[in-house]
Amino acid sequence: MATISMGKAMNDATASAVPAAAAPPRAEPALVPPPPSFWRAYRVAIWSAVVLALFVLGWEWGLRALGVPKYFIPTLSEIGVEFLRAYERMDLVHHTVITTFEVLVGFALGALLGMAMGYVLGMSPTAEKVLSPYILALQIAPKVAFAPLFVLWFGFSVEAKMSVAILVAVLVVFFPIMVNVLGAVRAVDPAMINLARTFSATRWQIFWKIEFPASMPALFSGLRIGSTLAVIGVTVGELVGGINRGLGFLLLSGETQGAPLVFLAILVLTVIGIVAYCAVILAERSVLHYMPRRDFGKPNS
Amino acid sequence: MIRLQFDRVTKSFAPQRRGGEGVTAIADVDVRVEDGEVVALIGPSGCGKSTLLNLASGLDRPTRGRVFVDGAEVTGPNSHVAFMLQRDLLLPWRSILDNVTFGQEIQHVEKARRREVARKLLDKYHLGEFVDHYPHQLSGGMRQRAALARTMAMDPDVVLMDEPFSALDAQTKMVLQQDLARTLFEEKKTAFLITHDLVEAIALADRILVMSRRPGRIVREIRVDLPDRDNPMVRRQRNEMGSLIAELMSLLDIGHGDHLDG
Ligand SMILES: Nc1ncnc2c1ncn2[C@@H]1O[C@H](COP(=O)(O)OP(=O)(O)O)[C@@H](O)[C@H]1O
Ligand SMILES: [Mg+2]
Repeated sequence: MATISMGKAMNDATASAVPAAAAPPRAEPALVPPPPSFWRAYRVAIWSAVVLALFVLGWEWGLRALGVPKYFIPTLSEIGVEFLRAYERMDLVHHTVITTFEVLVGFALGALLGMAMGYVLGMSPTAEKVLSPYILALQIAPKVAFAPLFVLWFGFSVEAKMSVAILVAVLVVFFPIMVNVLGAVRAVDPAMINLARTFSATRWQIFWKIEFPASMPALFSGLRIGSTLAVIGVTVGELVGGINRGLGFLLLSGETQGAPLVFLAILVLTVIGIVAYCAVILAERSVLHYMPRRDFGKPNS
Repeated sequence: MIRLQFDRVTKSFAPQRRGGEGVTAIADVDVRVEDGEVVALIGPSGCGKSTLLNLASGLDRPTRGRVFVDGAEVTGPNSHVAFMLQRDLLLPWRSILDNVTFGQEIQHVEKARRREVARKLLDKYHLGEFVDHYPHQLSGGMRQRAALARTMAMDPDVVLMDEPFSALDAQTKMVLQQDLARTLFEEKKTAFLITHDLVEAIALADRILVMSRRPGRIVREIRVDLPDRDNPMVRRQRNEMGSLIAELMSLLDIGHGDHLDG
């Protein structure tokens, strides 16, 4: 590496020349900062442990000490007891599987539709300009509010109610992904496209070899948002559909059976969301392995 | 044999908005570049140098006049020319090897074949160890060398370069100029090099064309007539350098209360 060695040699030359002339070599160790104290090195870990302990203790004993009644907010141990009860007597696993299925299908369909629409609009600026007011309006509209309409469409069978939950999820997942993909395709460096054109690339090659891979970071930040929204969409769809399966059913049952069941269902929904989010992150790491770590999730950086 | 020819080429751009004014970037440009010749083009910024290159590469069509490469009129992108710009434009999601094979891949060159070509070039440009690295892991000079390899991998008849080294630091630049000059000389490539670095123009070219302010016309042609076209480091040190630079400076109106970026 002629370039590198040349640069390095020059740096070394200046680095060794200056201190020798300015100060005796003995003074040099003082320039090295001392190692951080125990407290500075581990302060994040220490604070995390303290906050976690306060959180658990406060929830378990603080609430009761403050006189918050059980039907208002249950303690952690009450939720634990409820978990065992729901597991043994209420078929918690079955409900969890149903809801997880809806989340997965809703997320996958919403993501595919969002990507398809994003790429199509990204590649045809005229269509995007013409359609942008409608897209904006739909983006602002509260998508979950369409749930009653879907109930109307599908009817009242179990499958119909699952479809309602899935469709609400599709609708909420669709937009962030479409908008991210669209923006990314639009932001592709025109010079890169020109470079491909000088190699006589076809429109299709430009899409597959430049626009599509260039959109990956933005697509993944859309998918991350989508993975959490899918859980919200499914939950609303189940609640509105009045389903008798799924975690939404447990939530509704909680209205009569007490706060612990509500908290338990929320907890499981949260776990489903976290798992989905982590799955997206793992996929992102393997697809975007070429990027410097700090750029993760920032579109087009 | 004439490799690249601009035949009374004029390029005007339509106004950006209705009622705005159009721009004539270049007017009546006549240039002939012979086989194996390296021609440098200098001129004030905004005078239409890049426009000229876009016409040669087929990215854009002239308003009047015609452009020929290897005797055939340029009507669109074609495999006779290859482009190298100031920015390396490496694709961040491709390894260095896959970046170098990019052009051949588009032209459906067989995989084993294009990899072989790319590896050879990368070895030659001292990037042999970095084939599996990604662009962000390389320094600016190394990235630009990869871009040079990508350009040469197309085995073009004419190499078009638009200020290819202007973003590099002075030492890196000299090393890359050396690599480029040697390749052009050894492979007997024809090159059309835009630069704003007068020393670079003299060190690398057989001939220097000087363009006027917009609308750009070729106002002067200077034959460099120095030995060592394959060794710019040696050429840089020649005594004739000073007077050639002075001549170019006066042509470009530098040092007369006016400057290059006018
Ligand atoms: N696509 C375009 N549309 C309108 N004007 C352009 C376009 N490309 C270049 N120009 C104009 O043409 C002139 C020459 O540009 P350019 O060839 O990039 O100059 P240079 O490379 O010599 O600095 C500039 O005034 C620029 O604004
Ligand atoms: Mg330019």
